[in-house]
Amino acid sequence: MSDDFAQRVISCVAVTQRIPAESITLNSSFEELKVDSLDGINILFALENEFSVNIPDEAAKNLQTVGDLARGLHDLIESGLATPQAPRPAPPTPAGESGSPA
Amino acid sequence: MSRRVVVTGIGVVSAIGATRDSFWESLVQGRPGIGPLLAVDASQFRFPNGAEARCFDPTGHFEAKTLDLYDRFSQFVLVAAREAMADAGLEAIPAGLRNRTAIVTGTSIGGQGTQDVGFVDIYRLGRPRSHPMTIPRVMPNAGASALSLELGVTGPVFTTSTACASSNHAMAQALWMVRSGMVDMAVTGGSEAPFSFGFLKAWESMRVVSPDTCRPFSADRKGLILGEGGAIFILEPLEAAQARGARIYAEFAGAGMSADAHHMTQPSVEGPVLAMNAALRDASLKPERIGYVNAHGTGTLANDATETRAIRTVFEAHAANLAVSSTKSMHGHALGAAGALEAAATILALRNSVIPPTANFTTADPQCDLDVVPNQARPAPIEHAISNAFAFGGLNAVLAFSRLD
Repeated sequence: MSDDFAQRVISCVAVTQRIPAESITLNSSFEELKVDSLDGINILFALENEFSVNIPDEAAKNLQTVGDLARGLHDLIESGLATPQAPRPAPPTPAGESGSPA
Repeated sequence: MSRRVVVTGIGVVSAIGATRDSFWESLVQGRPGIGPLLAVDASQFRFPNGAEARCFDPTGHFEAKTLDLYDRFSQFVLVAAREAMADAGLEAIPAGLRNRTAIVTGTSIGGQGTQDVGFVDIYRLGRPRSHPMTIPRVMPNAGASALSLELGVTGPVFTTSTACASSNHAMAQALWMVRSGMVDMAVTGGSEAPFSFGFLKAWESMRVVSPDTCRPFSADRKGLILGEGGAIFILEPLEAAQARGARIYAEFAGAGMSADAHHMTQPSVEGPVLAMNAALRDASLKPERIGYVNAHGTGTLANDATETRAIRTVFEAHAANLAVSSTKSMHGHALGAAGALEAAATILALRNSVIPPTANFTTADPQCDLDVVPNQARPAPIEHAISNAFAFGGLNAVLAFSRLD
């Protein structure tokens, strides 16, 4: 895992938590950063956008530190388990024909 | 004035039956209505399954022109209400009662499916205008309003929206309005139609939807399964129901509400304890008299363990004698309609002396050490039962029902 990769992860955490990136290291625990479950899904959202991947729900569980998160994400991408985001799909078709209220 | 209030009619649309009887039959069989999503392209989601009301055919209930006017969530209200009215032996609300009848419905998101289509038109397809029926279809009170038109009800008509507790908040209001004498009849319940692409994408990001099925209280539970449908009830004062010779399902004995004031999405023990205690107090029932709890039981790790602690706090030693089941394992988590579907399950359990099971159960979880009636319905003469609803946003509402022989 490169320093650049780690820094991008830290940046996602910083932006989401609205705290300075300098205050976060790979050793920072989510507890000390006051990251709760709702913050957690916001960070995952930020990471998915930053790295253009889809992170499975299961992969995001039981992480204690920012380093755990960065290494986990790195391994996921390396192993191909974090699926690359598909190009923007064709317009979804919610129930009913588009253009009508049905 | 304080009157006893009874339930004299029930109508249901759900993933496990588009009628009250088929709904109950599925509950007794422990037969889930969870399957591959059909309303959207499931390949674009981390969760492929939902509890869709596949057996509901709107064209069998509405003219094409009427369907243009009503989103799916309003259709559920109308169809369930027609069944409830017929079930109560009412061809119509009696003329003298129309301004003395309330309609109170619950929904979390109203016509979100219609909104989704409208946004695709505008943002994605670049169309210059939205369909003119968008607003009247989307508004969360559309179901209640449609019902007031259909029944000619001119009394208090409104809709509550408190996420997954919407229907319980609605039904509590209806109960108290009839009990106090503010109205002489109420048509109440709730509905939800959450299977639209954009809304499901929002749920995907919450990371609480199970990738396979819903296993409440099971050690290997992985989250909730979204559901849809609705249930509507006819409430009357006991004396009025008896006077007209109506069949009485149960007494609607009480309701209680609380707020966690804790967190937008994390459940708490204290809020649900307050709501359950408030419902028991409102129903003048001691905890030891409750035989069955229809749990909120979403199947998420956090809810089920927290709800177990709350139930143990309220019921203390009696928790060992309680049957607790989550019927969401079968009809899914129908969000704003959850309370209504679960009230139907609870009332029918009282009426039929059968406790519906927690389906899909595999492995006991020490953090959910309750009798969760795994997989098999259980004959049991229950006298009193409560139904829990604990919403995102920390808003809780609990309903209490009693057998009336």
